[in-house]
Amino acid sequence: MPSERASTGLKIAAGLGLAFLHLPILLIFLYAFTTEEKSYAFPPPGLTLQWFGVAWNRADIWPPLWLSLQVAGLATLIAMILGTLVAAAMAQSRFFGRDQISLLILLPIALPGVITGMALRSAFSVMDIPFSVWTIILGHATFCIVIVYNNAVARFRRLHGGIMEASADLGANGWQTFRHVLLPNLGSALLAGGMLAFALSFDEVIVTTFTAGQQTTLPIWMLSELVRPRQRPVTNVVAIVVFAVTFLPILAAYYLTRDGDHTAGAGK
Amino acid sequence: MTSRPAILPERGLADRLTATFWRHPRLLLAVLLAPPLLWLGVVYLGSLSALLLQSFFSIDEFSGVVKQELTLKTYAELVRAQNLDIILRTLLMAALVTVASAIIAFPIAYYAARFARGRWKAVFYLGVMLPLWSSYLVKVYAWKLILAREGIVTWFADHIGAGPLMARALEEQWFGGSSLSTSPVGTFIVFVYIWMPYMILPMQAALERVPGSMLEASADLGATRAQTFRTVIFPLALPGIVAGSIFTFSLTLGDYIIPQIIGNSARFIGLAVYQFQGTAGNLPLAAAFAVVPIVIMLIYLAIAKRMGAFDAL
Amino acid sequence: MTAAVEFQSVSRHFGSTRAVDGVDLTIAEGAFFAMLGPSGSGKTTCLRLISGFEKPTGGVIRIFGQDVSDVPPNRRNVNTVFQDYALFPHMTVRDNVAYGLMVKGVDRRVRLERAEEMLALVKLPGFGDRRPGQLSGGQRQRVALARALVNEPRVLLLDEPLGALDLKLREAMQDELKALQKRLGITFVFVTHDQHEALSMADSLAVFNEGRIAQIGTPEDIYVRPQTRFVADFVGSSNVLPPEVTRTFGGPSAWASLRPEALRVVVPDGVALSGTVTALRYLGAGSRVTVALGGAEVAALVPSGQAVPTVGATVGLAFDPAALHVMGGEG
Repeated sequence: MPSERASTGLKIAAGLGLAFLHLPILLIFLYAFTTEEKSYAFPPPGLTLQWFGVAWNRADIWPPLWLSLQVAGLATLIAMILGTLVAAAMAQSRFFGRDQISLLILLPIALPGVITGMALRSAFSVMDIPFSVWTIILGHATFCIVIVYNNAVARFRRLHGGIMEASADLGANGWQTFRHVLLPNLGSALLAGGMLAFALSFDEVIVTTFTAGQQTTLPIWMLSELVRPRQRPVTNVVAIVVFAVTFLPILAAYYLTRDGDHTAGAGK
Repeated sequence: MTSRPAILPERGLADRLTATFWRHPRLLLAVLLAPPLLWLGVVYLGSLSALLLQSFFSIDEFSGVVKQELTLKTYAELVRAQNLDIILRTLLMAALVTVASAIIAFPIAYYAARFARGRWKAVFYLGVMLPLWSSYLVKVYAWKLILAREGIVTWFADHIGAGPLMARALEEQWFGGSSLSTSPVGTFIVFVYIWMPYMILPMQAALERVPGSMLEASADLGATRAQTFRTVIFPLALPGIVAGSIFTFSLTLGDYIIPQIIGNSARFIGLAVYQFQGTAGNLPLAAAFAVVPIVIMLIYLAIAKRMGAFDAL
Repeated sequence: MTAAVEFQSVSRHFGSTRAVDGVDLTIAEGAFFAMLGPSGSGKTTCLRLISGFEKPTGGVIRIFGQDVSDVPPNRRNVNTVFQDYALFPHMTVRDNVAYGLMVKGVDRRVRLERAEEMLALVKLPGFGDRRPGQLSGGQRQRVALARALVNEPRVLLLDEPLGALDLKLREAMQDELKALQKRLGITFVFVTHDQHEALSMADSLAVFNEGRIAQIGTPEDIYVRPQTRFVADFVGSSNVLPPEVTRTFGGPSAWASLRPEALRVVVPDGVALSGTVTALRYLGAGSRVTVALGGAEVAALVPSGQAVPTVGATVGLAFDPAALHVMGGEG
């Protein structure tokens, strides 16, 4: 195979494809520095740093940011516990109903978000549950389980089953095996899964609009700015923050799982 | 030496639990599975049932209050001309987006699967994963900047002298609007941009399973590149393409943010669900609309399964 | 003296598969016991029944007289050297070895000292800071051994521990294991599919076939007096004679075994048995001569220094009638 070289046409097509994926994001950065606040004029008439200060002092940005962090943190925590439990059960043995369970975990992310959102909204309506932080978390945790699960199950599969037996053989009880053998070997995969879940939850908007009621998470704040723009460069500053808060965990997750299980994101 | 016991004593609760789980392995399984299954069973399946239930309710025409008695009235409303329009438009858009995604994704997946090695493999992997995982809203927002009337596309078209041509194209009703960001073609571009990365990974996985020797054999037998592609690579990659299309198709089908921000405010299924449950307050019709993509996806998945797409996931 | 390990009609069935089927077995304390058999014969399952990773579907297992049906693996004072060693990849060699003491709550200073002693015992002093990934196969094997022995187990189980090593290393380790066992006095139970390894190392051994024990005894019993055709075939280069050939050799009409070294190749005059040489194999310490006679082929060992016939020559065969071992068991 190495004898064959990629044709120039293929190289150009692949390169253009990747450029198509990456270049648009760069514009977000550029427009955060523009002096023009009423339109998206290109090229920007001038460059300024003032919008970072303006964004910092805008009182309407902080509560949504805080709410988003809270929701993402708690949803991630729940998803990590539940996702790890399922992965452990799936790794432990083959049992009746295994395929059905993996389908059930995958479903919230395989079906369009509008369905998950509308389903939760219907349930809240049928059962008269008022909207709160918890209704948001409920939805987020549900679709984050699969992210943690995918990472954990891939690591379980790679994990040498013998070391768990070796631990028991040497006198460790189940708790000691979990703490001294399983957790250190599973840790980085769980961390990666948690980071991806956090990134996913932090920037989620499709399900959230159905479960938030009047509450505003940062993506919902952004969405309203997109529909009715006010100070456009401020939206860009917030977009950069959102981008950074999701980008860094994704990069970290990649480095945590890169030797071997390339599953980061396979299920998003 | 013989003073050492053959059986060690039990030391506390952890040992006792270990012994219990050892004696009853199914018990451990049950303990592990109970919390996640309760969560998914109650929260998720419960919600889906509520959705289904809601779609069989109807809304009182005078008071606007939801009547909680089972009826098919709401589904009858679904097949009215304006609502069928929405469904067909969404299906058409999802199909176009899927085809366009497959065409753009193929060279990337093919290069990554066949030629990228070592460092480049990682570059390609990250190059696909990072945009895929990056903030959805930020990506949509970026395109609002790009497609704006005063934005970079117009600027670029003016610079290469294509400005009048673009203005002319935007006047075509099916194509344009006052600017790209309010045109159907703008909606289409952004859909492709957002959902295309989901096509690449399954496609690449399928292509990686095509043995290089098979391609060499085809070339040895005198096939041109085009023939090799048509008769060997494409059929072998097809399950991966179908697997990837599940994502692009399903996600386009349900999206309601993109058409809200970019486009000529033509309605899609997702947008209809959003508006009926929100401003219109017609939960039953919104629920019935949400059932449509579920049904479509079930049919789509059944076909995909027959084409062997699940092995490529 | 109580037996170290005792099986009473122990079975382990997986669905319709009978991995272990009604095994009775007694392993004496301080023995070097081998379980020999082809793969799938149930020997590894028996080992896992002793360690507790499998539970019997029938019968009773006793370790030093105590019924262990209710005792999970972590409470059995029995340790295993796993086939692929199963070292903890995230720990140093020293922490691997000290693991058993750590989970038993032994003081850190004491357990690290003990780990060093064990590493010295298996001839790996100074390797404590390395990771398992940095060791060769033979070194990993020694670490696995040290990790098991530091617990001072009453029984040490070894699951094909030498299988992954090359021939030279394997022979060196065989001697070392044997010496170690003598010195520590711990009961060793050793699973292998290599008959030479089993015969040369064990004090006594059980030959497994299809989930049952075909024969149990000392290496000499097994080698010289195989009770079934399976044992004779599997254990060695013995001649297995069908009933009619046994009759030609002056025995009863029954299956019998006759070791090649008991047969002498002689001049074909005035002897009852003669045949044609069909094959020759030089073995270093002698030559193996295959002779066709009476519709069967038998092998004889000609010690080095003696004249070796050529292929096609007619030779006579002589032997001590006492060496002809008639087998009682079938199968």
